[in-house]
Amino acid sequence: MSERLTDIGPPHYDKFLPPVVKANYGKWKYHELLEPGVLMHVGDSGDKLFSVRVGSGRLITTDFVKDVCDLADKFCDGYLRFTSRNNIEFLLSDQSKIAGLKDAIKKMGLPIGGTGHSVSNIVHTQGWIHCHTPAIDASGIVKAVMDDLFDYFGSHKLPAQVRVALACCLNMCGAVHCSDIAILGIHRTAPKVDHERLRHLCEIPTTIASCPTGAIRPHPDKSIKSVVINEPKCMYCGNCYTMCPALPCFDAEKGGVALLVGGKVSNSKTPPMFSKLAVPYLPNNPPRWPETVAAIRKILVKYAEGANKWERVGEWVERIGWEKFFEVCEIPFVFQHIDDYRWAYDTYRTSMHFKF
Amino acid sequence: MHKTPLLDQLESGPWPSFITDLKRVAGRKKSAADLLGVLERSYKDKITHWKHGGIVGVLGYGSGIIGRYIDIPEEFPGVEHFHTVRVNQPSGWFYTTKALRELCEIWDEHGSSLLNMHGSTGDIIFLGTTTPELEPCFAKLTAKGWDLGGSGSAFRSPSCCVGQARCEWACFDTMEACYELTQHMQFELHRPSYPYKYKLKLSGCPNDCVAAVARADCSVIGVWKDDIRIDQAAVKAYAGGELKPRGGATVYPKLDVKADVTDLCPTYCMSYDGKTLKIDNKNCNHCMHCISLMPQALRPGTETGAAFLLGSHAPILEGAQMSWVIVPFMPMEAPFDELKEIIVNIAEWWSEHGKNRERVGELMLRLGMRAFFQGVGLEPPAQTVRTPRANPFFFWHQEDFDAEAAGRKYIKL
Repeated sequence: MSERLTDIGPPHYDKFLPPVVKANYGKWKYHELLEPGVLMHVGDSGDKLFSVRVGSGRLITTDFVKDVCDLADKFCDGYLRFTSRNNIEFLLSDQSKIAGLKDAIKKMGLPIGGTGHSVSNIVHTQGWIHCHTPAIDASGIVKAVMDDLFDYFGSHKLPAQVRVALACCLNMCGAVHCSDIAILGIHRTAPKVDHERLRHLCEIPTTIASCPTGAIRPHPDKSIKSVVINEPKCMYCGNCYTMCPALPCFDAEKGGVALLVGGKVSNSKTPPMFSKLAVPYLPNNPPRWPETVAAIRKILVKYAEGANKWERVGEWVERIGWEKFFEVCEIPFVFQHIDDYRWAYDTYRTSMHFKF
Repeated sequence: MHKTPLLDQLESGPWPSFITDLKRVAGRKKSAADLLGVLERSYKDKITHWKHGGIVGVLGYGSGIIGRYIDIPEEFPGVEHFHTVRVNQPSGWFYTTKALRELCEIWDEHGSSLLNMHGSTGDIIFLGTTTPELEPCFAKLTAKGWDLGGSGSAFRSPSCCVGQARCEWACFDTMEACYELTQHMQFELHRPSYPYKYKLKLSGCPNDCVAAVARADCSVIGVWKDDIRIDQAAVKAYAGGELKPRGGATVYPKLDVKADVTDLCPTYCMSYDGKTLKIDNKNCNHCMHCISLMPQALRPGTETGAAFLLGSHAPILEGAQMSWVIVPFMPMEAPFDELKEIIVNIAEWWSEHGKNRERVGELMLRLGMRAFFQGVGLEPPAQTVRTPRANPFFFWHQEDFDAEAAGRKYIKL
């Protein structure tokens, strides 16, 4: 075992940088988009780096990676990178190879785009492919939504960039809480206690401690080694199920999708913003979730029609007011829109600045 | 191969189909075939069929592997065990095809051949293998220079934007800082010893392309202290329409420098009279709007570094938080000692006072900012708040009275 390597960390990135990047590292002057999906970065030296951005699924196979490598070998001297939104970027210093690369990419069936004022790739979580608490699938909804918004991926026709993200439950390992449009899987019913299994499978104190709202307590009948749930206090997070598999929180019919809108992380003009609840519930409708797809398109189209130049979704909504947002998107306002969790007061209107 | 009539409906449409991709591998991998079977079942049942994992891992590590089992193994034995392997990504997600092919070869031999490029934390996610394959897979990875990323209550694999490798706005070397911190924290990354997860993301400028402010407890965001560099001739070229707005990232043909840039400046610190763009840099709040719209005319200054913000996490438990400013500016030169010290000191304070599964941002709210600043040995800068308190419930400590006795004043008269 003496030769066993540990704690070496990842390889140094230097090994993977194209020569033009090494030569101009820290000395880039400006960039331009030659067309949607094709970036040109120009160094102080005058050197140019071209990046061709391509959308792909996040869930991929080694076969796909090898196909992508074949393209990078043929056109990019073997250099490529991935973006924070699961896009692939082919990196070239020879502009004359771009046309051939684009043809080959199209032949593979991959879309070029995701730059500037587009809907870039949707960042998302695992969903039914791998996770134990999801209310919805992830990859399937993303595929259905991107099929519908495809035209916006390869163009710059929106007032600003629109970042869409999906998390398949409210633990949000995809951290969708600052996205222009967030697709969120929600459970809507409290876990069902399986007393017989719980007795064998779960540690009662850790199960009780796992609940963020204190809704779980020991079974009042001391002869039953189990717990009971105060259902009105449950906010369906699934934390208890992570600790105790005898508390499944899934309901095939009542689970579904919520849409939150208006978040961003950039500081441009306005500070970063959280996404806020727009549509509290849409049915969980595989394989193509048509209600979710249609609702997102509707919000996106109303934004594109109503927003000023350079306005992100959240900036548009804040300017027109949320009551107007609900009106133009034809979303009925319901109790679920009103915050009643920990920091609710900040969201109540205390001014006469409202519209009819 | 299982019949998958529901999933088959995801093979049409212009966006790349993960189902078509998975089916290619399903022909040679039983695990991929059964995974499609399980997914089809979930599409029919509208619930998940995965169970939370037990303790699995490689020798000596407490993180990097996430155990995963199916609840109907008799029907889908190929995915009875389907553990995740997190492989720590290189800074900036740059690769050579040689390196990617080596990774593929390892994963074809020891796992399902399915993966994510990349997961939310930033790691390469190898999706699905069995317990006996873990150790040999790990040995092959390390032999090629790769290591596992973080999971559980550990320091998670840091990630960063492309930074100075390809961006003229990067105010520090995000990729080197990411690499340095990853190496510095190897022990904490592989051996979970914190109250909960602890994440670090680094963005080179306030555009924050890796969403550091929202997705990492420790958010490092590049900023400059001096003046925005202006090329007045290029400003004129934007005004005249020779240069396209936002470097061509829009369909708008021509920039109206007043209406699109200076009138939208959040601090009204700019003006343009048709000849000269003027910026009152002392009042600039570094929002990046003007720079983003005129990349050939404007660049961040040259006295650059980063702000350190702390506390963000997704909604569990108290509601989502964004990180808030702790250190408004620190120079960011390798080997980034100041950043390392802050991150380690904060982890120590949090480990001492935090409850199980309490993120550091939640602890700060529970104990208060004074306890935090004093606990980690930092002075509070005015930039840490958006606004001071409006309520009159502020507290006085003996040390305040002592400081007054020694001459502290609350306004200079």
